Amino acid sequence: MRLARSGDDEAYRVLLGRVAVWLRAVARRGLARAGRGPEESEDIVQETLLAMHLKRESWDDSQPLEPWLHAIARHKMIDHLRRRGFRDHLDIDAYADTLAAPSDDGDHARTDARRMLASLPERQRSIVQAISIEGASARDVGARLGMSEGAVRVTLHRALKSLAVFYRKEP
Amino acid sequence: MKTDQLLEALVADRDARPRSLTGRLRGAMAVGIALSFALFLCLLGFRHDIGAALTTWRFELKIAIVGLALVVAFRLCRALLRPVPPAHPALYLLPLALLLAAAVALELALVPMSAWETRMIGTNSMVCLTAVPVLSLAPLAALFAMVRTAAPASPRRAGAALGLLAASAGAALYAFHCFDDSPLFVLVWYCLATFPVILLGAFAGGRLLRW
Repeated sequence: MRLARSGDDEAYRVLLGRVAVWLRAVARRGLARAGRGPEESEDIVQETLLAMHLKRESWDDSQPLEPWLHAIARHKMIDHLRRRGFRDHLDIDAYADTLAAPSDDGDHARTDARRMLASLPERQRSIVQAISIEGASARDVGARLGMSEGAVRVTLHRALKSLAVFYRKEP
Repeated sequence: MKTDQLLEALVADRDARPRSLTGRLRGAMAVGIALSFALFLCLLGFRHDIGAALTTWRFELKIAIVGLALVVAFRLCRALLRPVPPAHPALYLLPLALLLAAAVALELALVPMSAWETRMIGTNSMVCLTAVPVLSLAPLAALFAMVRTAAPASPRRAGAALGLLAASAGAALYAFHCFDDSPLFVLVWYCLATFPVILLGAFAGGRLLRW
């Protein structure tokens, strides 16, 4: 995290990757304890990663990172369970296929790409798509859409904020 | 969206570094106090004997108390706005409590018992009870606007701390208008005047600081 703050993209990528793996385990354990299947775990992982990213200034760099991560993960976990509660237990048939054949790639996000991206305005959507799914750089995307690199970054940042809100409102 | 893809988007956004919490709190206080100061000049103004008052120890002590309140409330806010709560949040307020106790003890020792009540009731209590909350509103609003992106462990507690900080700012301004310098007056009326602001902060925190 310290490296990420001082400007190292690669360090940040590695950190987020490790945190995602750890979060996945935490989320599945938490869901199991609440008597729920693992199919929602990826939603929690993504929502927590987003919160951690957008609120990374709330980490006091004189303190160890782990308690901070724990606190955010717990908060998001509780939030998620409270929101979904046990209300959708009737919908279980809808996930019958997921339940019957749980894939191991850790990617059964219920909130699929299309639905989440559809919540974004056109321009934000194309930028998120280009950067996250096609792996393009901000400069390339800017050239393609006729925007400056800075404008692409600003739009990306707004899009991430909207995604965080979207997760929070998701019933 | 797959997690790995989200991760790429986050890495690409790494440069959009949010301002530090301390910076945000400072900025909000600067804006809020400036607005309240303008309001203070319009509605109340400095007491007319401000020059003479500055040389009396009771007035200086009063300023020291509200100044210390600002500092401890600022620290408390910074601690409570983080996801990991401090072990003993009340300890942050200890220095303020000690200074208040010492000031009151000194006043009780110096002033004869018959005068205690007059000192405590003072002449300005109703103005104090309205002016401090009114002068706290701008700082409170500025604070809430600036810390929306914080991640408090308990939004209500963090909101209450923000209320205390805003009330300290209001009290600090009001102190330059008020003629009652006795620590007895400060203890009773200034403290009473901060309660509505703390309650408002706690209520607003529960709604605005959820994340």
